[in-house]
Amino acid sequence: MVQFLNENGEFAVLSKEHEIYAQFIRDLREADFLKFYRDMAKIRRFDNEATALQRQGQMGLWVPAIGQEGAQIGSGHAVGPNDNIFPSYREHGVAITHGVDLMSIIKMFRGVNHGGWNPYEKKFHLYAIVLGAQTLHAAGYAMGVNFEGKVGTGDPNFDEAVITYFGDGATAEGDISEAFLMAATKNAPLVFFCQNNQWAISSAVETQTKVPLYKRGEGFGVPGIRVDGNDVLACYAVTKKHMDDARNGLGPYLIEALTYRIGAHTTSDDPSKYRDSEEVAYWQARDPIVRFEKFLRSQGIGQDFFDDVQAAGDQLAAEIRETTFALEEPTLELMFDHVYSEPHPLIEEQKAWLRGFEESLGGHTQANEGDDKVDYGGSR
Amino acid sequence: MSNTVELSIAKALNAGLRKAMQDDSKVLVFGEDVAKLGGVFRITEGLLDEFGSERIFNSPIAESAIVGTAIGLAMRGFRPVAEIQFDGFVYPAFDQLVSQLAKLTNRSEGNLKMPVVVRIPYGGGIGAVEHHSESPEAYFAHTAGLRVVSPSNPNDAYWMIQQAIQSNDPVIFMEPKRRYWQKGQVGLDQPALGLHQAAVVRPGTDVTIASYGPMVVTSLQAAEIAQSEGVSIEVIDIRSLSPIDFGVVVESVKKTGRLVIAHEAGTFVSISSEIAAKIAELCFYYLEAPVLRVGGFDVPYPAAKLEELYLPDADRLMEAVDRVMAY
Repeated sequence: MVQFLNENGEFAVLSKEHEIYAQFIRDLREADFLKFYRDMAKIRRFDNEATALQRQGQMGLWVPAIGQEGAQIGSGHAVGPNDNIFPSYREHGVAITHGVDLMSIIKMFRGVNHGGWNPYEKKFHLYAIVLGAQTLHAAGYAMGVNFEGKVGTGDPNFDEAVITYFGDGATAEGDISEAFLMAATKNAPLVFFCQNNQWAISSAVETQTKVPLYKRGEGFGVPGIRVDGNDVLACYAVTKKHMDDARNGLGPYLIEALTYRIGAHTTSDDPSKYRDSEEVAYWQARDPIVRFEKFLRSQGIGQDFFDDVQAAGDQLAAEIRETTFALEEPTLELMFDHVYSEPHPLIEEQKAWLRGFEESLGGHTQANEGDDKVDYGGSR
Repeated sequence: MSNTVELSIAKALNAGLRKAMQDDSKVLVFGEDVAKLGGVFRITEGLLDEFGSERIFNSPIAESAIVGTAIGLAMRGFRPVAEIQFDGFVYPAFDQLVSQLAKLTNRSEGNLKMPVVVRIPYGGGIGAVEHHSESPEAYFAHTAGLRVVSPSNPNDAYWMIQQAIQSNDPVIFMEPKRRYWQKGQVGLDQPALGLHQAAVVRPGTDVTIASYGPMVVTSLQAAEIAQSEGVSIEVIDIRSLSPIDFGVVVESVKKTGRLVIAHEAGTFVSISSEIAAKIAELCFYYLEAPVLRVGGFDVPYPAAKLEELYLPDADRLMEAVDRVMAY
């Protein structure tokens, strides 16, 4: 396992083989370290606020990523500006490393929409709810990058790679095995980033695999490595190395980030029913944020910085809360307008009927005025 | 039409695919055995020589991956045409079809277009082993976000495959495999109809038969028999199963007052269920008889020695025609 920071935040390169990764840490400057910390603390604060909003009935559900900030912020910052990210549904940390508006995620879990953000804008694709499905989309996308010849030219501003995120539970899905196969046989520039948080709702990782997950790709031709997922620096370095390699035409790679889901699977879950508090305490002692704070303090970063981060987090939380309360309810058009990208008579008919029906009840909807009138014949 | 050529449905599909690939370099063709072999039905024969292995390639035998990577390629700006080798092999791709391909435009509020065509040879009548003769079209027609079409003749095969590829929405393209070798004239200049329009393929006055895909020929045979018995049948080729062009059926039924709907699939919760319900509603005062349906039975597709009993033929259609005429 690649680890550079131990749980006390002490830096060491434990193995000569890990030198190929350590070089990427040496390229980092203090500003990068501070950014990593700031983002981890920010997403933790956001996560806690979102959980509170759910508890207050402001959201249908929340999926906390608490404990996984090292894996997400480290890997997210290693993804280049031309690269595309295909997340699962818990990648809030990865999202902020690429400037995704966190309210997009809040809206989805509040039930305002199904995501709805433009995947091309930040190259951060929609959250995928059906486990593993997005890994095939990532494989197809990466095949397309290959077909366009945007791999291995040696020009880092031209070449592209793709990264897809999934958890230990998802590895049991057939789609992920098929994605390994497609990526390997097509030499696609795709990094598979598995966050092994050790629990798939109530099922321990042993339910999903008999071999270490980083070895899961080998039989398909996808080599892998395990990294300490609670070490933000190791996650950054390993992801950077293999994204660079993929961009340079070396094909797919699997990274297993060993981490721990400190919180519940979702706000509907009760982990006390299936795991010991000792186990949680063990992992809390290995918290990625605490560990990195120790490292930063050892590097001479003073209390002022941590105070600033705390204040920024509180401000973000207040903004998220305020913006959530101010979110407008969706109108009925949202339900119909994007089912197809080209006109579809059945959808048009049903939309017009519902709009007319709602208006007949007293105009409570926010239907657009002036659209074509239709006859209301036909079944609903 | 000034510029016509006689082709089988198989050759017309091949010509249509070739034309689409020539017209747009973003069109990619892949699936099991489609490259050198040209597919088990040779629909893609010769395309590898013309377009090379980056435009047409064999997929591993992994249907979910075929559709899932088609989605990713579409996200990247390609227009993938994926082949599922046989109807009964499409189910491993079900999630990618109904939860991913069908929903991504909606989930992204229109930011993602999904110009993906999934070609599926379907239906029975070729004496095949199990899982090679099914008619799964209703699953896809029931799925919001998918479009579903089925050509019945070479001219439609040639044009509809091109129109499907041009669509920015996903199209499930159901190919009537037992009619692949049926020949007909193909007009090369322009399509007669849009992708989602129904067509009157034989005019008549007494009974309307609406069908699609492999059953259109059977319906025309029934109309010929009826003619000799003094009954005039209007045959409609529905062509598009989602959306359905009800207008053409409504106009016909207003004239004939009698409707028989035919397909190979079992009739329970089927395309004919939808048409029957809609016509009952829109043509209530015009109907001289209940809408009748002629289909396969609601059993697993039988062994080859039994398929003649399973598949609706002209006699079974005539039995329904006799019943609606006797009302």
